[in-house]
Amino acid sequence: MKRYHIFLLMALLILVVLPLFLDNYILGIFVMIFFWAYVGQSWNVLTGYTGHISLGHALYIGVGAYTSTYLAQAFGLSPWFGMIAGGVVAAGIAIFLGFLGFRFGLRGVYFVILTIAFAEITRLIVSHVEALGSFSGIFLDFEPSFWNFQFSGNLPYYYISLGMMLFSLAAVAIIERSKLGRYIVAIREDEEAAQALGVNTFKYNMLAIAISAFMTSIAGVFYANYIFYLHPNSMFGMSMSIELILRPIVGGLGTLFGPLIGSFLLTPLSEISRAYFAKGGLEGLHLVLYGILAILVVLFMPKGIIVYVRRFLDPLLRDKT
Amino acid sequence: MSILIAKDITKRFGGLLAVNRLSFELAEGEILGLIGPNGAGKTTVFNCLSGFLTPEEGSMRLGGNAIKGLQPYQICQMGMARTFQIVKPFPTISVFDNVMVGALAHGTSLQAAKAVSLDIIESVGLWKMRDQEAQGLPLPLRKRLEMARALATRPNVLLLDEVMAGLNPTEVDEMIDLIKQVNQDGVSVLLIEHVMRGVMALSQRVIVINYGERIAEGVPDEIVKNPLVIEAYLGKEFLRAQG
Repeated sequence: MKRYHIFLLMALLILVVLPLFLDNYILGIFVMIFFWAYVGQSWNVLTGYTGHISLGHALYIGVGAYTSTYLAQAFGLSPWFGMIAGGVVAAGIAIFLGFLGFRFGLRGVYFVILTIAFAEITRLIVSHVEALGSFSGIFLDFEPSFWNFQFSGNLPYYYISLGMMLFSLAAVAIIERSKLGRYIVAIREDEEAAQALGVNTFKYNMLAIAISAFMTSIAGVFYANYIFYLHPNSMFGMSMSIELILRPIVGGLGTLFGPLIGSFLLTPLSEISRAYFAKGGLEGLHLVLYGILAILVVLFMPKGIIVYVRRFLDPLLRDKT
Repeated sequence: MSILIAKDITKRFGGLLAVNRLSFELAEGEILGLIGPNGAGKTTVFNCLSGFLTPEEGSMRLGGNAIKGLQPYQICQMGMARTFQIVKPFPTISVFDNVMVGALAHGTSLQAAKAVSLDIIESVGLWKMRDQEAQGLPLPLRKRLEMARALATRPNVLLLDEVMAGLNPTEVDEMIDLIKQVNQDGVSVLLIEHVMRGVMALSQRVIVINYGERIAEGVPDEIVKNPLVIEAYLGKEFLRAQG
């Protein structure tokens, strides 16, 4: 066990020191690696650990982004506080969704449809609300300052997103070992059997979706203040929902490091192929690459590449007794 | 002292009357056998008792408290646990993690739950495979895991649904010993069973149901000689042939 901790510490140290050696463009890739790892981990709580598949998680990113941006532009509220507001709204919507789904026994594909519906409905609503930018979207003014959650250059974003990723790892690690974690896994494995063993499955399903939504919405706040443009189609749309699930699936669903490993693999791949194909005029082909990779993983490594990473690292990290 | 009292339980599925005014009492410390031909309604009774189904009529009392209409998790927390006819292990997690879910039932601390889990895992003979994935276990061990999980919830009443189905004679004997031990530790047991050796070895009393109704009740030796019971299992022709 100790070797494992030393390994993690060293990895952390490398990530902390790395920016000294990287240019702004590469830093930006790392920002996205950490960002997608964080979002994937948030989604992992509901789908990987509790077993309820959500294909509408963009909903919470959008809610976080739009709530904090609206509060910032209308009331000058710092996104650091807007984050909390956004999280509460996201959790509230999630609880509503969860109530409809879990109270009325929607499982499997029907639950998936519910999640898609909620995201789509929200996308359409926001597209028609003038105060939220309607079809034109919202441009954020660039006024860099800590309280505005806006910065020049990628370096501050690097450390913030790194912090977010670490926070999500810690949160899920704690959940994993707790009663909450054991109960939601039991629900995933066999909800009826869990009920027979004293698990209030409704309550724990609700907790899982609320936590997942809250965490995801914080990513939305980050995203808004990183790309400075909100549009309902990109924030609530299906492409966002699909993008955010790829890394945890490829990395390893329901595992602590799955989303991280998936992001370290997919994000640079996506960036490189996007830049490469764009040069040749084949924009969007990186999405085809995504698709191929996802298919390969599902066919040959359904548990995710973490299985192979573990197999490789285990002999090195196991303490010699 | 009756720890579980069922009175006039009636359960319908649309036009089908699955359980018809069934009444029985489980005395504290007793092992009561519930037998009957396939489709008699035994598992439906269990589902009513454990909260997975709500009977249309009748009442059920556990330790004096009414339990009709309660959720399964609440009934478990009140001290009645059940196993499933087709075992439902948590497949991708270990035996230990399986049992832990049961052990956490009464707001137990993680540490206490770990101690309880390891204790029970040892007592059912699953110690060697405590870190193995549940889905890797063969059926007899899955049945023991099912028991261990239910026991981890520290029940006063245990509903066992055909725990001996699919076991060979040696495994049946082991299960009989296990259930006897559990009963001696103070757990009252209501046992659905087709394996007659188990019924005879364990039950102090037996209730026989057919078509959702109680047709006989008594000690095992009387029950097997009861013509109504024989007819229910083997048919009128057999009974007539017996003379």
